[in-house]
Amino acid sequence: MAQASQPVGRRWTQRTLAPWLFLAPGMFMFTVYVLWPIVQSVTLSFYDWNGLYNRDGQFTGTFVGMGNYAELMTDPAFETSLWNNLKWLVLYMLALPIGLFIAIFLNQTVTGIRVYKSLFFFPFVISQVVVGLIFAWFYAPNFGLFYLLTESVFGKGTAILADPDLVTYGIIAAGLWPQIAYVMILYLTGLNNVAPDQVEAARLDGAKGWRMLWYVILPQLRPATFIAVIVTVIGALRSFDLVSIMTNGGPFGSSRVLSYYMFEMALGEYGFRMGYGAAIAVVLFAIMMIFISGFIWKMWRDEKER
Amino acid sequence: MVHTLKGALTLGAALLLSTAAFAQDKRVVTWNADYDPIPLAAAEALIADFEAANPEIDVVLTNFDHEAYKNAIRNFLTADAPDLANWYAANRMRPFVEAGLFADISDVWANNGLTESLASSVLSSTIDGKQYAIPYTYYQWGVYYSRDAYKAAGVDLPAEGGVTWDQFLANCEKFKAAGIDCVTTGSSALWPVAGIFDYISMRTNGYQFHSDLAAGKVSWTSPEVAAVFDNYAKLQPFVTENHAAIDWQDAAALLVQGKAANYVMGNFAVGVFKEGGMTNDNLGFMVFPEITPGIARAEEAPTDTIHLTSGAKNPEDAKTFLAYMASAEAQTKWNGAVGQLPTNKNASVDAADPFLTAGFNALSTATGGIAQFWDRDADAEYAKAGMEGFQQFLVQPDQRQAILDRLEQTRLRIYPQ
Repeated sequence: MAQASQPVGRRWTQRTLAPWLFLAPGMFMFTVYVLWPIVQSVTLSFYDWNGLYNRDGQFTGTFVGMGNYAELMTDPAFETSLWNNLKWLVLYMLALPIGLFIAIFLNQTVTGIRVYKSLFFFPFVISQVVVGLIFAWFYAPNFGLFYLLTESVFGKGTAILADPDLVTYGIIAAGLWPQIAYVMILYLTGLNNVAPDQVEAARLDGAKGWRMLWYVILPQLRPATFIAVIVTVIGALRSFDLVSIMTNGGPFGSSRVLSYYMFEMALGEYGFRMGYGAAIAVVLFAIMMIFISGFIWKMWRDEKER
Repeated sequence: MVHTLKGALTLGAALLLSTAAFAQDKRVVTWNADYDPIPLAAAEALIADFEAANPEIDVVLTNFDHEAYKNAIRNFLTADAPDLANWYAANRMRPFVEAGLFADISDVWANNGLTESLASSVLSSTIDGKQYAIPYTYYQWGVYYSRDAYKAAGVDLPAEGGVTWDQFLANCEKFKAAGIDCVTTGSSALWPVAGIFDYISMRTNGYQFHSDLAAGKVSWTSPEVAAVFDNYAKLQPFVTENHAAIDWQDAAALLVQGKAANYVMGNFAVGVFKEGGMTNDNLGFMVFPEITPGIARAEEAPTDTIHLTSGAKNPEDAKTFLAYMASAEAQTKWNGAVGQLPTNKNASVDAADPFLTAGFNALSTATGGIAQFWDRDADAEYAKAGMEGFQQFLVQPDQRQAILDRLEQTRLRIYPQ
């Protein structure tokens, strides 16, 4: 065997040691701030605990095994949150075609195009909290612009945030605004790298319009699309700030998503069920893991092919 | 001595300051509170009086931001307990009592005759036969109304003792015809709807029933609950539309502008109404209408309390201060400054304030009992499920059966039979 001829016992040389030394700070941070909290959350999800230690500093929780997960299965609020997360995931994908459309539209040389680009990019720069407030006022009953618009058109105003069937769509629309800007900027940089000679060649072959976009431009935008899908999926799953700012999950919990429900259960005013909150976090983590594994697998494959 | 500090990071600063106080050869009592500016100034004045009467004791108050306090208390009670801490009565203090973080102060109650002078708050301060809290203030709930809206709709103003339920609903019809919301509320934070529900429940079936309902002892499918929801359904069409998307302050604006006639609220809202331009002339107060005749009238009056912590370093002097906070003299002064009601029955209220006087009369004649409010009487998780149900019913009254079934399921899960 090949290995048998090598010296027994590995020696640390500069070449073998260096990678580990360079990796060490990152691995340390990753362990302390990512891996360890995951382990803690999973452990906590098997306990029923109100977040209090007693006077001697002892943990006051009781072990309930899979009890929290069993409760999740029959919890209607959890079901609502799951469905809403799905709505977020599907509708957030609208950011891709719209972002692409705006990017293509802005990818031209006209006087002042930089100003237009930055105006379109603006919603991504402002905080999600501000976005939430702006849209909350936009939808506000009695004085909101949207309410007044629907009132003048239909004779009766629609208060999106008070309507349990529409509220989630209203919040997603608010979330899409900055997300489209984000996707747009990704595609704009992607469009800069589209090879002009290929476009030229395609044109000579008579391609134009949709066929040009579909067969020539889009394949070259694949790296940008990949990143855009990742940030959009993650953005949809971790949606929390907008729900918290605009509705607090209401009315009667109709706009909850998993991350907000987790916060409500673990840290909300009527919550402090740390174990139950942790169980929701674990489920959310498992859902994210499906996507994350997919992305990692794809990146791994691309690296290998190179 | 008062420190106004925000957040948990201030503990270190508080420690430094208290060591400075030790140097003055005084015995220090530390007190963590969550006061807004006016109550804080009132507490400051009380401390000054107390220190003048007890020169050897130095009370050091550390003030927290109100919202931050809810989380901070969970840390400081374990990590670095002050001698005294602010919190709330009834079920709200139960987790801390059960974790052994609040100390039993039955002796303070017994030695100062408090069961007598604080009679209305004995129940809400007691867990398993022992007292864990000193209640020092509460405020009434009831119906605040705009006299202007009554005039605009041509409805007779309510008499001194309020109106009957039938009269109230008949008035609502008139308000609706005049394009005025009969009852307004802003339920985006959920709790305002609990006030309406609590009153309908207490007026329909009485205090004991309501208390049992909050404690999970009554089924949501019982005929009594059905009666409550029947009455709730009668009110439903007259409540401000889209209340689920607005805050209680936004709804207060509707009352101020005369777009709404009545508001079921706590007395703290008077400040907001007056800031909006209402005066004692056009703002009125009445007790919630009687529904089932003959039931002893019960009222809602959430109580704020001070507690001795189990980790207190100076429990003896802290108890002296607690006894002072329970006294008629201290409560008259603090509540006079803040505009709330003293729990000590020997204390007096400012006769010039019509809302305080009305509230004091309403509470002192409430023979049915004093409820703390849904989210303090019920267990936190149960309270939240309940309030979501109350809000949903106001938005989707046709979902009544589904709401009741879900609440019943929640009850059976939290309180296994």
